[in-house]
Amino acid sequence: MIRLTDVAKEYPRSGVALAQITFEVRKGEFVFLTGPSGSGKTTILKLLYMDDKPNQGEVWVNGVSSLNASGREISRLRRRLGIVFQDFRLLEDRTAEANVRFALEVTGAPKATIRAKVSRALTQVGLASKATSYPRELSGGEQQRVAIARALINDPFVLIADEPTGNLDERATRGVFQLLRDINASGTAVIMATHDLDLVRRSNYRTIELNHGRLVFDSAESPLSARPPDEPFQESEAANDTQESV
Amino acid sequence: MRSVSEALTASRRAPLLSMLGVVTIAFSLFAFGLFGLVAINIRKALDQVEERVEVRAFVSDSTEIEAVVAAMKDVGEFPEVARVDYVSKEQALERARKEMGEFADVFEAGVLPASIEVYLRSGMRDPTTVKSVADRIRTYHFIDDVRYGEEWVEKLYRLRNIATVAGIALGVAFAAVAIIIIGATIRMTVLARAKEISIMRLVGATDMFIRLPFLIDGLVKGVLGGLLALVFVWVANRVVNEYFIETIFFNREMIFLGIVGGAFMGVLGSLVSVGRHLRRV
Ligand SMILES: Nc1ncnc2c1ncn2[C@@H]1O[C@H](COP(=O)(O)OP(=O)(O)O)[C@@H](O)[C@H]1O
Ligand SMILES: [Mg+2]
Repeated sequence: MIRLTDVAKEYPRSGVALAQITFEVRKGEFVFLTGPSGSGKTTILKLLYMDDKPNQGEVWVNGVSSLNASGREISRLRRRLGIVFQDFRLLEDRTAEANVRFALEVTGAPKATIRAKVSRALTQVGLASKATSYPRELSGGEQQRVAIARALINDPFVLIADEPTGNLDERATRGVFQLLRDINASGTAVIMATHDLDLVRRSNYRTIELNHGRLVFDSAESPLSARPPDEPFQESEAANDTQESV
Repeated sequence: MRSVSEALTASRRAPLLSMLGVVTIAFSLFAFGLFGLVAINIRKALDQVEERVEVRAFVSDSTEIEAVVAAMKDVGEFPEVARVDYVSKEQALERARKEMGEFADVFEAGVLPASIEVYLRSGMRDPTTVKSVADRIRTYHFIDDVRYGEEWVEKLYRLRNIATVAGIALGVAFAAVAIIIIGATIRMTVLARAKEISIMRLVGATDMFIRLPFLIDGLVKGVLGGLLALVFVWVANRVVNEYFIETIFFNREMIFLGIVGGAFMGVLGSLVSVGRHLRRV
């Protein structure tokens, strides 16, 4: 369903962001993408929804290859993906309902089906009662649920979430994470980038860990080995942060 | 329908710049339009003089009529020449009397020379051709003088050339400015809607869908500019008609063409900038 083969990504000024990345994600899987900030998590997700192309290797998603995808193919692919961010990316001047509807309207969905789909998605994320609220009237957790409803509106085969709980407090984090688990339980694959190690440890999902743009651990490759010790992880995050601030 | 209302929303975000865009398109088409009007009116003037003599050659008094007839046959075979007529001294006098009315007595038989009148084929009446025909006729030794409407023909053609150059130069300059202004409007709109556009992309809206409102915005501005230019040109034409000379106006096809030209400018202005600015979102 999703396959990265020897992927490398380099940015003109900041240099190598990813190198020699190879992994596969199967239908219905839940995968954590972890690693310190700057390790390349966001970059991998961007490659998955083809916002960018690798400098080397191939990203293959549901029949669309980074080697030859046309703009139209990429648009069609994204209609089958759900994408969620740390900062929610809701339109402030539209209600929750209108934000969810937006995804259908701009992709030319048949008008007749829109209403029912929107209300179903809002119900699914537990926000049916807040349909007419504006983002500023919603808590962070609720805003993220609206964003998730928007991501689910086209029945995606995979939900791509980049630090979806990064801006949320403890309680909201648990709620949103539980929602993602429910979504996964109903058959949608989830790829979630996070550096919240508590979340990762508390659940038993597959974990792919990056460091300095390299894949340093994949629990699917070594199911019997324990996770690498936490200390280096913390250290490299700190080291990386100081690098970034230079 | 959604795209149209979205396009107008886009224009509402930058109303002043949008109006400026429409007005510069109008100026551009106005310049083209004035040139066009001058050109079609000169064309009409030239058509009207079609039947006028282009070259008149005066024959020496003592010339044998046979020589004149032979020369007329030669001249009639020039590729540029449509017809050659002989005007005897008597006919010349008659004509002068008719034209001059009360001053007719001034003329006496013998004052006016006989002449041959040469009519040129249509398409062969530009100053260069007329002059070359005149020069060839001048070579007959019994021809005293050759006259042709060199001055007014040349003036008319020069006027048309000036109108052409000025019209095209001004029109192109304004078109360039219009395209730049439309580009600036789009830049502002794209920046104001950056978040919306990036979300559209994420959820799988096609590039065409994202661009369409901008193209429609350009199209609407172009058509409005075209209509405004039409009003300008029409008023200018009325003024000239009222106070100077009678002129003809564009026919329906030409008006349509002008408005299509405006629409083209508007869409082009959108096209050249929308891709560039969308890439940065
Ligand atoms: N658009 C970009 N331009 C230049 N460098 C970038 C860009 N995006 C990310 N990078 C660099 O790529 C590396 C990986 O970044 P990212 O994928 O955002 O890491 P993470 O999401 O794990 O924090 C970092 O060094 C970052 O500075
Ligand atoms: Mg990131």
